[in-house]
Amino acid sequence: MFRNVAELIELAESKNCKISEIMIQQEMDVTGRSREEVLGFMDRNLRVMEEAVMRGITEDVKSHSGLTGGDGKLLQTYIKSGKSLSGELMLDAVSKAMATNEVNAAMGTICATPTAGSAGVVPGTLFALKEKLNPTREQMIEYLFAAGAFGFVVANNASISGAAGGCQAEVGSATGMAAAAIVELAGGSPSQSAEAMAIALKNMLGLVCDPVAGLVEVPCVKRNAMGASNAIVAADMALAGIVSRIPCDEVIDAMYKIGLTMPSALRETALGGLAATPTGRELEAKIFGIPLNEK
Amino acid sequence: MKYKSVFDIIGPIMIGPSSSHTAGAARIGRVARSLFGRKPKYATISFYGSFAKTYRGHGTDVAIVGGILDYDTFDTRIVDALTIAKQEGIEVKMTAEDAITDHPNTARVIIGDETDRIEVVGISIGGGKIEITELNGFELRLSGNHPALLIVHNDKYGAIAGVANILAKHEINIGHMEVSRKEKGKEALMVIEIDQNADEIIINELNSLPIVQQVVKIHD
Repeated sequence: MFRNVAELIELAESKNCKISEIMIQQEMDVTGRSREEVLGFMDRNLRVMEEAVMRGITEDVKSHSGLTGGDGKLLQTYIKSGKSLSGELMLDAVSKAMATNEVNAAMGTICATPTAGSAGVVPGTLFALKEKLNPTREQMIEYLFAAGAFGFVVANNASISGAAGGCQAEVGSATGMAAAAIVELAGGSPSQSAEAMAIALKNMLGLVCDPVAGLVEVPCVKRNAMGASNAIVAADMALAGIVSRIPCDEVIDAMYKIGLTMPSALRETALGGLAATPTGRELEAKIFGIPLNEK
Repeated sequence: MKYKSVFDIIGPIMIGPSSSHTAGAARIGRVARSLFGRKPKYATISFYGSFAKTYRGHGTDVAIVGGILDYDTFDTRIVDALTIAKQEGIEVKMTAEDAITDHPNTARVIIGDETDRIEVVGISIGGGKIEITELNGFELRLSGNHPALLIVHNDKYGAIAGVANILAKHEINIGHMEVSRKEKGKEALMVIEIDQNADEIIINELNSLPIVQQVVKIHD
């Protein structure tokens, strides 16, 4: 069993195979399940992700609170206008990431990657890249295993819980996972995947979890948007040969330690950050029908 | 390592909006339900930490009650769980506690009926993964990810050997095991994570041991 990114990369290089393959084999070893079963489970997850993305960009999704919904769709319309500045692929990923989180906020069905609040980044980037790279179904499943391998290291060595480590542990982890998986899908090496993860996660360090009214909506949906774009840029940088001066495992460890020192008000308690802004408080009072002075 | 499967990371498939506060809560409720073994008449739920601050917004309340109704994380009936519980005659009480717990997402669930009651403390550690940390006052660590046997027995020599012998006879392998007791010589609890599901024959055989008071099994 690999315990960190360095061991994961070494395994992939020594066996001359992809990171996704190492993850598939480990899953078979740990659970005693056949390759077919393991791939089948992931295929089912992929299907749920695809349905959530499609629902979010075509239907008028609205959360119960009314805070979120419809932005993924809005962005699709904007892309079609041909006026986008950051490019079609980038905005498509952003739109599909938001779409997933909007469905999540509306209590729709999603697949946590690694969590529900950060469920948009990995599928958002995947379904945008699908348009450009035309991957096979199997390659799309591999993408999820590659992302899962890096998430596995983060979950075991740091945290993927906003309540424990802030948003950096959720959207930060998802962004790193997606960046690494993008590199593999685009034909990069295992070590380039690790560089992409390091570059992406470095730019998410310190991100607090401060949901308005405690809802997984504001700013979660838009943080998934930025996570998706961050992941693509980090992947491009790694594919260009840029390396992170701080190795991936040390970035993960830094994320963990930052989480430990983060005050509880900034770890999913809705007591600080955006949740504590005048508008955040106003929205909270309105949603739950509690007078503002009692907050 | 806390996380062993890639599907802890890419997964679970679930109803939003939060893996720890919705899916994890549903799983805690569901473990309590399977430990109780039947539909309860009442459920008293206490939330701590982040659960206490944000349970309404995250649907933690409907999710944990959904779990008590035996719904999985992706069961869309979760959304209406509070109404369904009422219709099914389950009296639900919920409180947000100020006490500081070791883990920020902690829930205490007491469910029962006229004849029995159990008290379970669960923590939601991220990505929908949970651990059960307390059962009827016994401290334990149970992931709910493997089939497991919980055996309440007399704290006396031979209890472990008796149970292990029966499992060995049926070729059931033990992956992880813990024994705890509240007081020497009184009631004790064995938590055994096993690699195969134990069928009714095994449960009956374990129950027939004089030293064993109660056997509960948890499926994968």
